[in-house]
Amino acid sequence: MTPRLCRGVRLTYDHTRQTHVLLFPEGVLMPNATAAAVLELCDGERTVPDIAAALGERYAEVREDDVGDVLARLVDRRVVEWA
Amino acid sequence: MGVTEGVQPPLGMLAELTHRCPLHCPYCSNPVELVTRERELGTDEWCSVLDQARDLGVLQVHLSGGEPLARPDLPELVTRASDLGCYVNLVTSGLGLTEARLADLVDRGLAHVQLSVQGADAERANLLSGAKAHDHKLTAAELVKRFELPLSVNVVLHRANHDQLEGMIALAERMGADRLELANTQFYGWALRNRDALLPTREQLAAAEPVVRAATERLRGSMQVVYVLSDYYEQYPKPCMSGWGAQQLTVAPDGTVLPCPAATTITTLSLENVRERPLAEIWYDSESFNAYRGEDWMREPCRTCERRTIDFGGCRCQAFQLTGDAAAADPVCRRSPDRGLVDALLEAPHGSNEFVMRGMR
Repeated sequence: MTPRLCRGVRLTYDHTRQTHVLLFPEGVLMPNATAAAVLELCDGERTVPDIAAALGERYAEVREDDVGDVLARLVDRRVVEWA
Repeated sequence: MGVTEGVQPPLGMLAELTHRCPLHCPYCSNPVELVTRERELGTDEWCSVLDQARDLGVLQVHLSGGEPLARPDLPELVTRASDLGCYVNLVTSGLGLTEARLADLVDRGLAHVQLSVQGADAERANLLSGAKAHDHKLTAAELVKRFELPLSVNVVLHRANHDQLEGMIALAERMGADRLELANTQFYGWALRNRDALLPTREQLAAAEPVVRAATERLRGSMQVVYVLSDYYEQYPKPCMSGWGAQQLTVAPDGTVLPCPAATTITTLSLENVRERPLAEIWYDSESFNAYRGEDWMREPCRTCERRTIDFGGCRCQAFQLTGDAAAADPVCRRSPDRGLVDALLEAPHGSNEFVMRGMR
């Protein structure tokens, strides 16, 4: 199970608002820093343990469960799907 | 730039590149006085509008019209908006969307296509659009899917196509739409002119409700169904534009900047133009964008109403159209002293079924 952005969803950085933004057909979402860090690793190749490990190299105390919770919320918002 | 306190940057811009269109839909929301080709902004002017819009905070660019494909510089504008980091959405009739043109637009960063559908079959659809359009739409949808772009199908519902609702849902499924917007006609521009023939009946709306509900359930996960109510029949107004000058702006073909696509309706409003003033100043400082922003302009019953944070007093254009006062409560609201005006329209016997088809002079 490898998460990826849904078709038509783009993650980019907005210099006006100084935040990451998720753009999709009918809207804009502004993920918090944690969600943005997870989203950047959702390439359809990495698994949840891969993502947690990659984040662990940058942040202290990254738990796989937390990454899974963030992803579950993004799936609910229909911006991330399981490949 | 004097930034008005508390005003957020806009998220989206509707860029009406042209009012020219191969279709003649009688429900068009474009103004009855269409902008002619000679008055349209040029390519450099549109590029500047896109640059200014992104600086201002715009993230979603809806390239619309009229028919945006009627502009030969559309590819250039897609490139510009996409290079700026905007999500570029093409709102089209599908006419003129060939494989070569779409391939080029996708290559330049086009992200999403919204395709209009007028009826469930060619006969009805061509009658309603005043053009041989239906088969082109089937081709356009197929192309969008082939290029793996998300596809939204937009249907405007009215008295002359409500009976085909199920057929149009089935058509959107066959087209492989990711999203289907079923929007009852909102009465502005040409639609207002044709209101007598367009206003759906109470029976049609009652019949539509279970059909939409069943489709929403059945298609969950494959096609998102969005239903926009016929607001005259509602108790409370729509949250128009999520508030005046709150999230969106529209640039008309001649560069007029509108707080709402229908804002030319309000003839007392002095609108500004990107040819004369920077977009950011218009957004933050202009009289037109500040006229109905926030809550200060509200009177009773809106001023103290608990719903003012839900519907923002409804639609300013509709208030002006029906009462002559753009600061009045939207007369759709049951708490508006002018609700009788809407009820009278609903109770009036149906007028003619004849349309004045939208056309260029």
